[in-house]
Formats: sequence, structure tokens, C-alpha cells
Amino acid sequence: MLVLALDTSTPAVTAGVATLAGADVTVLAERVTVNPRAHGELITPHLLAAAREAEVALREVDAIVCGVGPGPFTGLRAGMATAAALGHGLGINVYPVCGLDAIAAQATPGEPFLVVTDARRREVYWAAYDEHGARVDGPHVQAPEPLGRPVAAGDGARQYAERLGVRVVEPYYPATAGLVTAAREALLAGEAPAPLTPLYLRRPDAVEPSARKRVTAP
Amino acid sequence: MSRVVLGIESSCDETGIGLVRLHDDGRVELLADEVASSVEQHARFGGVVPEVASRAHLEALVPTADRAFESAGLKLSDVDAIAVTAGPGLAGALLVGVSAAKAYAAALEVPLYGVNHLAGHIAVDTLQHGPLPSPCLALLVSGGHTQLLRVDDIATAITEIGSTVDDAAGEAYDKVARVLGLPYPGGPPIDRAAAQGDPKVIAFPRGMTGPRDAKFDFSFSGLKTAVARWVENAERRGEEVPVNDVAASFQEAVADVLTAKAVRAATESGIGTLVISGGVAANSRLSALARERCEAAGIELRVPRPRLCTDNGAMIAALGAHVVAAGVAESGLDISANPALPVDVVSL
Ligand SMILES: [Zn+2]
Repeated sequence: MLVLALDTSTPAVTAGVATLAGADVTVLAERVTVNPRAHGELITPHLLAAAREAEVALREVDAIVCGVGPGPFTGLRAGMATAAALGHGLGINVYPVCGLDAIAAQATPGEPFLVVTDARRREVYWAAYDEHGARVDGPHVQAPEPLGRPVAAGDGARQYAERLGVRVVEPYYPATAGLVTAAREALLAGEAPAPLTPLYLRRPDAVEPSARKRVTAP
Repeated sequence: MSRVVLGIESSCDETGIGLVRLHDDGRVELLADEVASSVEQHARFGGVVPEVASRAHLEALVPTADRAFESAGLKLSDVDAIAVTAGPGLAGALLVGVSAAKAYAAALEVPLYGVNHLAGHIAVDTLQHGPLPSPCLALLVSGGHTQLLRVDDIATAITEIGSTVDDAAGEAYDKVARVLGLPYPGGPPIDRAAAQGDPKVIAFPRGMTGPRDAKFDFSFSGLKTAVARWVENAERRGEEVPVNDVAASFQEAVADVLTAKAVRAATESGIGTLVISGGVAANSRLSALARERCEAAGIELRVPRPRLCTDNGAMIAALGAHVVAAGVAESGLDISANPALPVDVVSL
């Protein structure tokens, strides 16, 4: 099965092409640029470049895997809108994956661990995983503090290692192999994908207006 | 061989998907115009909340596109080109549409055109009234923009003659509605209240009409403050505020300035056609006064039907069709949305 994977939930703009044969994920080509301000510009060129390198035409792709966050809103939506339209345009399914799970799928610390990414505003997104990489808690968003595990992957772990009190392991960002691995069960089952809903974890900043200010002195 | 153009609009609070057919003779035919609006989600905030709008765009985009194809009886594979609003507008909102448009272009292997929202408001008139004469004058009035534009070629040559120096006309409607205790958005309720009122009761100021003011620029901030002051003074005197008369008098001031400046600009430049578009174009007093004054000045007036005047995907598809017909180069798939896209940049 030929799978296109993309993720824009972290500062990395990631797109890749992989095959899934049985349980084996083989990445054919991948493009990654770490630039938090270029998600909208780069994601489609990246996936086209990866497809070209893999010598795959988009219409040959069987399914799309898309990271749905948690992640800073604007960049996250660039990838998700891309995946949604691509799936619609190609007439194929788009499988949502929690970006933290994609990181966890490639982390192998051999013990229970955390995945922590940067949520900006001095907060982190995080989830906890058992020694086999299954998520047991999260995802959450909060200020970095010790979260009950001594090992963590993800760029937030690297950034806040001291405040989290963790030893940092790779990877720092979701990558093609992790994204496809995290979606593997759903892909192999050929089941209809879950809805492509972003994991925002935060409400929009919006305040209802208070009483109107008078323009004349009372 | 006619071509089908898909238009995607997401610059503010409407997710619009339009489909048009560009015929060989240059005629552009409307095939579908589907809009999903998040306006109700913004109402309690008294204005568009960008993050709320962006979330709604992502949710609505594919379902709205599906509805458009269904209503046109077309398949995605029938699309020959894609046009998307690249700006101006809300950054996060634009990004959703632009990202999706690039992906559709890649998936369907068709060219992408990043186009200007403001030009789209003018181009939409060709769906109803046919090709635009060259030159023509356009007055764009909505919650986000108030501009007088000279259009020599809808696909390539648009120049600004004047614009608002502060609030957009539609913004003034929203603010005055709030002063009068009317709901958001303010255009329709003020129009309804004004129909029951007397526009001559209060002489509200006409902004930017002094001898030293820029001839074709607009200002609505002073007017909005004048209305608030008038209402507060009446309240202080313990009088009941004559909401209908205030609405009518405010609306008269807006329509008066907009139409006076537009007709003057047309007359002075010898332009025989005025197009009024944008959400406020649906205002009954604005269109009535424009009709009266254009007739007196011998100017042809074109106002698209209300459904086409507000933000939608058909206007972007229509503009895209004109850009395609003009042979303009397609956009790269690495284009950025530009929240401040200047009006003279019709396509990227
Ligand atoms: Zn508009």
C-alpha cells in the first residue's frame, strides 16, 4: 500500500511517501524543513518533491496520513487543509494521527516515556506512553513541570528538559515513518478513517465585548 | 473548448466554493455557488474573531466543495483551473483556502491562480451582467473594505482612486447597530429600522467632504462617533431614542457620501459605468440613491444581486476565469497568502 504522510503540527514541515506491506513501513522519500513560518508555502511543494523522488504519481497513492496536532493553530491547519483537499481531489481516505503518537512510534527508550512538543506561550503539549509506545495519558497542554516520567522525546522536551526533569531522546518532530506507523492499524484494517479533526486543546482567544464605551462624558 | 474554473474563498468569515464555465467567446457562466458562513459564531463577540473563522474554514471547506460539485452536476476531474483568494484578508483564514487550493491543484494536475479578493468583488458582476466595459468604475463597500477603483481590465489593470482612511462602511454599520441596541451584523437591521424612519430628522456629518479633504477618500469614524454622541445626549435628557430615525439619518449620511463621490469620480474621469459590490451594496438606500444619481449623470449602474455581493466562491471563480482568459501566467504552488495584498495585484 502506497501512503502519503504529512505533518505541520510542529516547526517542522514534513511530507513523505512510504509503502506499508504487512506491518513493514518503508519510507521511499521524505522532505522536511524546520521553519515555523513556512508551513503554508512548503507543504505542497514538499509532498510533490517527495513523490517525484519516490517516482510516484499522486494518483497512484492509496491513502494519506495526516498529523492533526496538537500544534499551534495556524501552521497545523495548513497541513490539515492540504491533506483534506488532497484526499478529496484524489478520492482517497485521509487518516488522522496524533502528532505526539507519531513521535512516540519512533522513540525507543525501552521504558515508559513522554512526548513533549512546544505549544508556545511557555507551554507544552504532552502525552505519556508505556514502554511499548502505547499512549496512556494525554494529549494535554500546560506549563512545563515534572510529569512523572524521566525520559521524553519531542522538541518541547529538548527545549524544557530542565523544567520537565527529563533525559531527552529523539525524535524531536513527527516524521513519515512515525506517522505511517501510528496509522498502521487503521490503514491495514482498511476501515473508514476517523474524522479529520484538529487537536487544538485550547479555545480561541476571544472576549465578549463589555458594555460599550461612551463617547461623551457622563 | 470551454473550461471549468473552481473558486475558493476564505478571507473572512465565509467559506465559499464557486464553479464557473469559461466559454470560448469569453463569457463566464455561473455553475455553482456554495457558502458556509461562521457569522453566527462571531455574533456574541460583535465582530469576526479570526481564530474562530479559521477553525470554521477548515471544517467547512471540503463539505462545501462537495455541495458545489453536486449542485453543478460536475466531478472534481472536470475542473480545468483553480482560483483562490490569496488576499487581502485575515492571515489564518486565507491560509486554509490557499493550502487547500494548492492541494486540489496538485491532486487534479491543473493550474492554480492566487487572486485578489477585491477584484473578485468586481468580477462577480460579469456572471450577472456580462462583460465589463473598459474602463469602468467600481465602488466596493463591505465590512472589510470601502474603495473606489478604476478598472481598465478586470484580469490585469485595476487602480485605486480612493479608499476609507479609517473604518469600512460595513464596520460603521456594525458599530452604530451596537449603539442602537440592534444585532450583529448591523447592515440588515439598520436597513430595516431605517425603512420606518425619517432620514431628515438628524443631519449627521458627511466625512471627508470638506474643501481640503481628499476628493475620493472616505471616513466613517467621525460619523459613528456623532451617532453615539447624539444617542447618548438623548438618553441623558431622558428622551426615548428614535431608533428608526437615527438609523435612517445615519444610513442617509453613508449612502450620500458613497454615491456622491462615486458619481463624481465617474463624471470627472469620463467613465460611463459604475459597479457597486460588496456586502453593503445590498443596502436598499445605497442602491436607490446610486440609481437616482447615476441616472441623473447618465451613468450606467450595475449592482450584482445580493447573493453575489457578499463574500463567496463564485466571485473568485469568475475572476479566475477572466485571468485564465487573459492568458496570465499561473501561480506557483509555493505562493503565500498575503493579508495586505494591494488592490492593483489582481493575481500572483
Ligand atoms: Zn469581501
